[in-house]
Amino acid sequence: MNSTSALVLVLAGMVVVTYGIRLSFLVFGHRLTFPGWLERALRYVPAAILTALVVPMALAPQGVIDLSLHNAYLPGTVAAGALALMSRQTLAAIVGGFLVYGLWRWLLV
Amino acid sequence: MRPFFAGARDTIPMLLGAAPFGLIFGTLAIGAGLPVWFTLGLSALVFAGSSQFVAVSLLSSGAVVPVIWLTTFVVNLRHALYSATLLPYARTLPARWRWALAFWLTDETFAVVENQLRQRSSLHDGARYWLGSSLAMYVNWQVWTLAGVLLGQSVPGLASLGLDFAMVATFAAIVALQLRDRSVLCAALAAGTVALLARDLPYKLGLMLAAIAGVTTGMLAEAWLGRTDAPAPEETP
Repeated sequence: MNSTSALVLVLAGMVVVTYGIRLSFLVFGHRLTFPGWLERALRYVPAAILTALVVPMALAPQGVIDLSLHNAYLPGTVAAGALALMSRQTLAAIVGGFLVYGLWRWLLV
Repeated sequence: MRPFFAGARDTIPMLLGAAPFGLIFGTLAIGAGLPVWFTLGLSALVFAGSSQFVAVSLLSSGAVVPVIWLTTFVVNLRHALYSATLLPYARTLPARWRWALAFWLTDETFAVVENQLRQRSSLHDGARYWLGSSLAMYVNWQVWTLAGVLLGQSVPGLASLGLDFAMVATFAAIVALQLRDRSVLCAALAAGTVALLARDLPYKLGLMLAAIAGVTTGMLAEAWLGRTDAPAPEETP
């Protein structure tokens, strides 16, 4: 994995998939219709994918669920999410979450 | 002002918003051990921030190639909606313009251009406005990715400083802003639960299961609770 040929394959596939989606209607639009259910479903994709990536990393960074004080990912993630909700500033939330994570590791590890 | 520059100018707030993510992306990808050509290649050829982040995250956790492609498809499928929404304005353009503008279609350019074109009856010089917005976003993204790559290279061992956490924090901050919508909250809860339970499935298939569970739950919640967010999306042709 992550050999040069595998990465070329990853990149080429991502280009084809992404450009294909963007071309869909703008270039082949006369043959396509966009179903309403798909439009509704798309609203949930970012939240679903990102949460699916975050939750295992925050609760089980080593693969096993770890709710102990030694898991700095958990307070850091909660802090990033809470700061984003309160401040509505994504960048401030990322920096704040990172600081909580760093301090937590520094104090407890 | 000439339309090309007006399009670029109206995109400036989006450029500022995208800059830190380009920087973080470049730094993270290098920190995750990915080669420079691949990192710059993602930004130059795929040019879709969230799917680039997700691909780096999946690569560093050992996902297989088809799962990365499939995730890219799911994450970027919203661009088809933009493509459909902008088609009425682009119908009269020559094919080479439509092929080019489609390549540069992003959330940000869609937001700026759609807003501008909606206020006009026809395209007029809107194509140049659209191109200006597109190229501004594109150049900006390349520059900040490169800055991130250079930063990642100049600080060796960045990964051990907890760079993997920066990805988690970035995703958490982005997703938290969407959770005020109750049906999106339900979608996130379902996706997170399934992802946690299915984390040991091979090839990162748990991510796909979680995405399906999240989207389904979101749509069911929307049917039960009603839409909780404000404006209905525009009719697509």
